[in-house]
Amino acid sequence: MSGHSTYVPSSAIGRWFESRLPIMGLMHSSFVAYPVPRNLNYWWTFGAILSFMLVAQIVTGIILVMHYTPHVDYAFNSIEHIMRDVNWGWMIRYAHANGASMFFVAVYIHMLRGLYYGSYKAPREVLWILGVIIYLLMMATGFMGYVLPWGQMSFWGATVITNLFSAIPLVGDAITTWLWGGYSVDNPTLNRFFSLHYLLPFMIAAVVGLHVWALHVVGQNNPAGVEVKNIERDTIPFTPYATLKDAFGLVLFLIFYSWFIFYTPNFLGHADNYIEANPLVTPAHIVPEWYYLPFYAILRAIPSKLGGVVAMFGAIAILAFLPWLDTSRVKSAAFRPVYKVFFWVFVMACLGLGYLGSQPPDGGYVIAARILTAYYFGFFIIIMPLLGLFEKTKPVPATIADAVLAKNGATASAH
Amino acid sequence: MVRTTKISLAVAALAGALSFSSIAMAADPHAAPTPDRQSWTFGGPFGKFDQAQLQRGFKVYREVCANCHSMSRVAIRTLADEGGPQFSDAQVKALAAEYKVKDGPNDSGEMFERAGRPSDKFPSPFANPEAARASLGAAPPDLSVIAKARSYSRGFPMFLLDAVIQYQEHGADYIYALLNGYTDANDPNWNAYFPGHKIGMAKPIDNGAVEYTDGSPATLQQYAKDVSAFLMWTAEPKLEERKKTGLRVMIFLLILAGLVYFTKKKVWANVQH
Repeated sequence: MSGHSTYVPSSAIGRWFESRLPIMGLMHSSFVAYPVPRNLNYWWTFGAILSFMLVAQIVTGIILVMHYTPHVDYAFNSIEHIMRDVNWGWMIRYAHANGASMFFVAVYIHMLRGLYYGSYKAPREVLWILGVIIYLLMMATGFMGYVLPWGQMSFWGATVITNLFSAIPLVGDAITTWLWGGYSVDNPTLNRFFSLHYLLPFMIAAVVGLHVWALHVVGQNNPAGVEVKNIERDTIPFTPYATLKDAFGLVLFLIFYSWFIFYTPNFLGHADNYIEANPLVTPAHIVPEWYYLPFYAILRAIPSKLGGVVAMFGAIAILAFLPWLDTSRVKSAAFRPVYKVFFWVFVMACLGLGYLGSQPPDGGYVIAARILTAYYFGFFIIIMPLLGLFEKTKPVPATIADAVLAKNGATASAH
Repeated sequence: MVRTTKISLAVAALAGALSFSSIAMAADPHAAPTPDRQSWTFGGPFGKFDQAQLQRGFKVYREVCANCHSMSRVAIRTLADEGGPQFSDAQVKALAAEYKVKDGPNDSGEMFERAGRPSDKFPSPFANPEAARASLGAAPPDLSVIAKARSYSRGFPMFLLDAVIQYQEHGADYIYALLNGYTDANDPNWNAYFPGHKIGMAKPIDNGAVEYTDGSPATLQQYAKDVSAFLMWTAEPKLEERKKTGLRVMIFLLILAGLVYFTKKKVWANVQH
């Protein structure tokens, strides 16, 4: 889709450089001339928002590292040092801590948009799988980042999650000891988590590069779910159209983000993480960050430890098989009346699992989590394959241009 | 027909799941009562600390809390900071000098005691948590960030709405309730608001315990209010700066949003989309 760039630098130096390394032409064809479907809605601005969040996390993170000490005796105090003594340290730290949450808010919207409009279907399978890999890396990065302040939830969250690996038959305990660098979560664990927390974002950046590359090969999906047939009629250049739309989406997102940084910076955290880690005192309820809660609920819904761990990782892994689980030939839920209902029930099930993940695992909560877990997997394994065979879909527009005309015609006649 | 059955099945499953969870939510007999929300000057988007209140709260901390509790992450000098109790530099210097600080080793390798300096952190009443435990039975928590380290459950849907109404004073409300929660005259370790009700800290303060010089009532309620506010400040010393910056950021972003929106609208005006 990026096609041949017609970009010619205006300066002589630019032309000299371009003939040796055509990086300006690459930028031009990727972010200026790149054709985007003209019917994209604001749900498509989350790609740009996520790119911004990745950069914001890396920049704030690098600054925090200048003042942070990864040692069990100093980590908690060094965070307080950042909050009290470092110029604007409180803002950088709150931006980074809430930035992780915003990153996940944006990625969940981005993923659900893909799920709704069938963006994982051919020819975008590789693009989608790269996205699942990014999501997995984000989960690992976020988890390790939450351990660094060395509060009670840092310590006990790390203990619970690393202990999951002990469920692996035969080698589980050895793996857990190896992960910890000892016989419990301790200084070696904190040090390696810090090291990996610094490394993984750059791996994310690399996979994001592949993700964008794959996107620019196959082109964007769109609300109509039909492929671009005629570049002239169906698309518009990325700049200024998509750039400005993305910019507006991003500014609105920044308002949302700033609300958390400046007005409710600890809302998404847990009070116990302002208590320094203490291996001798277990918190009443150990809860992970909110963005893991649905998976935490799935983990605890399964009565066996190994089964729970398999289900939890399976809940993420199954996303990679989505392109082949969905048998429908229609991409967009706009033309799939039954899928649309199951989709929204799925969204509610995920929210429900999130709530249950934050509650103690007893009685009715576990039963509810089991029902919702069954729906979570049933949605992918049963509903998606069958729906494609039985669902009566609405007529799909022949081209993107037709979809736009139909929509605008309808609005015009309604007036 | 098949389709509607499927949908209603899905909806029924979801409804079932949610009703199970509401049964589980019903009652927990051991739950402590929920602290009442107090009105704080530092709440809301324009919140600011009440300087006189912080100074009174500091007095309560110094004369009562500091006998057992450390506050080792707070530097004495910050008492003079903007957005805090804002004692004068001379007052802070004199105040710091009243503390004895262990320093060293000196040139001959000895540890020694010296008068405190504003740059010191508040000295702890015990050499280490073990010493505190040996003397008191349990190590009292450090107070530096206690107002952010304590909270209480607001339940659904209030826990979601708190982000919208900017309710962030759970910790201060809890501390206030706790200090007023010693309601069993026969048991100084019974507290209405402490989870499980048996608290290691016996009733620490009562009416008249601290002398106020600004005419504020020398009552338990007033002490509790003042010291809770003070502890909110020690936990979040940059609160005023944060909210002030937030307002500027919001105004900037709203104007930017308007400009970008109209630019986008103009650019897209000639495009069918």
